[in-house]
Amino acid sequence: MSITTFVIISIIKSLAVVGVLLTAVAYSVWLERKVSAHIQNRWGPTRVGPFGLLQPLADGVKFIFKEDLTQPHVYKPLYIAAPMIALVFAITSISVIPFGNWVSIGPWDTYLQITDVNIGLLVVLGITSMGVYGVALAGWSSNNKYSLLGGLRASAQMISYEVSLGLSLVGVLIMAGSLSLRDIVDAQAGVFWRFIPRWNIFHGQTLAFFIYLISAYAETNRTPFDLPEAESELVAGYHTEYSAMKFAMFFMAEYANMVTVACLATLLFLGGWHGPIYGPLILREIEPVFWFCLKVFFFMFLYVWVRWTLPRFRYDQLMAFGWKILLPLAVANIVYTALVVALRAQYPDKFF
Amino acid sequence: MLHLILFLFFGAICVAGAVNLLVQSHPINSALSLIVVMGSLAAEYLLLGAEFLAAVQVIVYAGAIMVLFVITIMLLNAGKEERSKGSRVATLLGVPGVLIGGVLVAWTLLHGSDMQSVPIGALWGDPKGIARLLFHDFLLPFEVTSVLILIAIMGAVVLASRPEAAARGARKDEG
Repeated sequence: MSITTFVIISIIKSLAVVGVLLTAVAYSVWLERKVSAHIQNRWGPTRVGPFGLLQPLADGVKFIFKEDLTQPHVYKPLYIAAPMIALVFAITSISVIPFGNWVSIGPWDTYLQITDVNIGLLVVLGITSMGVYGVALAGWSSNNKYSLLGGLRASAQMISYEVSLGLSLVGVLIMAGSLSLRDIVDAQAGVFWRFIPRWNIFHGQTLAFFIYLISAYAETNRTPFDLPEAESELVAGYHTEYSAMKFAMFFMAEYANMVTVACLATLLFLGGWHGPIYGPLILREIEPVFWFCLKVFFFMFLYVWVRWTLPRFRYDQLMAFGWKILLPLAVANIVYTALVVALRAQYPDKFF
Repeated sequence: MLHLILFLFFGAICVAGAVNLLVQSHPINSALSLIVVMGSLAAEYLLLGAEFLAAVQVIVYAGAIMVLFVITIMLLNAGKEERSKGSRVATLLGVPGVLIGGVLVAWTLLHGSDMQSVPIGALWGDPKGIARLLFHDFLLPFEVTSVLILIAIMGAVVLASRPEAAARGARKDEG
């Protein structure tokens, strides 16, 4: 492949992925409003378009035309930079997520991923760990006690749960023997006993999956761990002083993070784009992407479902749960997985 | 060629961040400059082929340790640093001293007898190679270091938590 085609294909892929991501973010908000409404026996958005489907568009227009207030008491450079930091890191992390197999269009073939790096998982973790700064700096630069408390809570919570989140992934890495997301997905191909898929969640990593899921809720500051913006005590937490597009950037960052975390859960535990494949050739090319999107959608729905079902934790409960329950369980999972993998290498015919 | 341009670019950002760290008078700006330094160092590692090290540099230093710095500054609500005039001795001896030191280091690196130069991008430090080094070739030093770090953590916990008896005694004195 010549360098020109490579650049052109990369640009097309980047634009497509970012476009899909931003649309997914907008429609996650719609999903959230609609599902929450039905859980509370309401209708949710119905006025703009059929089933309120154009509501995200109307919201976007509203955000752009709202007055953009900058309070006189804020520390201006960081107050303006904070939402940008949050959004940039939230969107960047999608760049290494693979969402399908190789495809060939005419003479060109490419894999469905912006770029394949062999430390893909670490790149995602690194970028999401930088996202803390957006929230922390927003809280501090607003010069408001509620914002500061929200920012402090967010950063403490995100660092604490990042530990158990990272450790819950080690089991998967031991099984796959690689840090590349593509290799991890390829290691989950096939089925047991003809019908159970060989996904990591059914392959000894069930505990790790639940640890990851819980930590991911805390990482994205979603209920039941939404203490950084607990409206009953902190007004709106770290984004109390933000309005218009700056607020929308935090909002988009939250949903973009949710999408990334859902993609990661799909790739690591639910076998990525693997699923039953039937039909003519054209369908066979599309079906893996469909399975991937379906699994990601399942996680997005779960997020919304959990948010409108569970109450909020108390702060000391949150910390105790993270450090005293999730962390030991994650370490135990690593020891168990390592032991099984070592035994299997030693006696290949005794363990399947 | 592209490697070299990127290497020099990130090197320049790294030095600029380090200088900004010293020049800024507000602690939070200094902390953010340090994050820039850490990030550009990670990019340099990546260009040198140490991709695992680069990712860990971002996750651990830029993502975790610097967050603790920022939290501490936020909690203490540290204000602007007060400027002193600076001493004349420091200007007279310090600046030439730094220059001489820099020249000496550069000269030694360039004319060292047993040093070989490697083109940028020629080496690859993949996770497997690092794991083999850590858990196979240098297992004992690695374990000893982790015990050392454990002792340091325990020491910090002991120092930070006031013993019950001492706390009670202090309260009795006040009453």
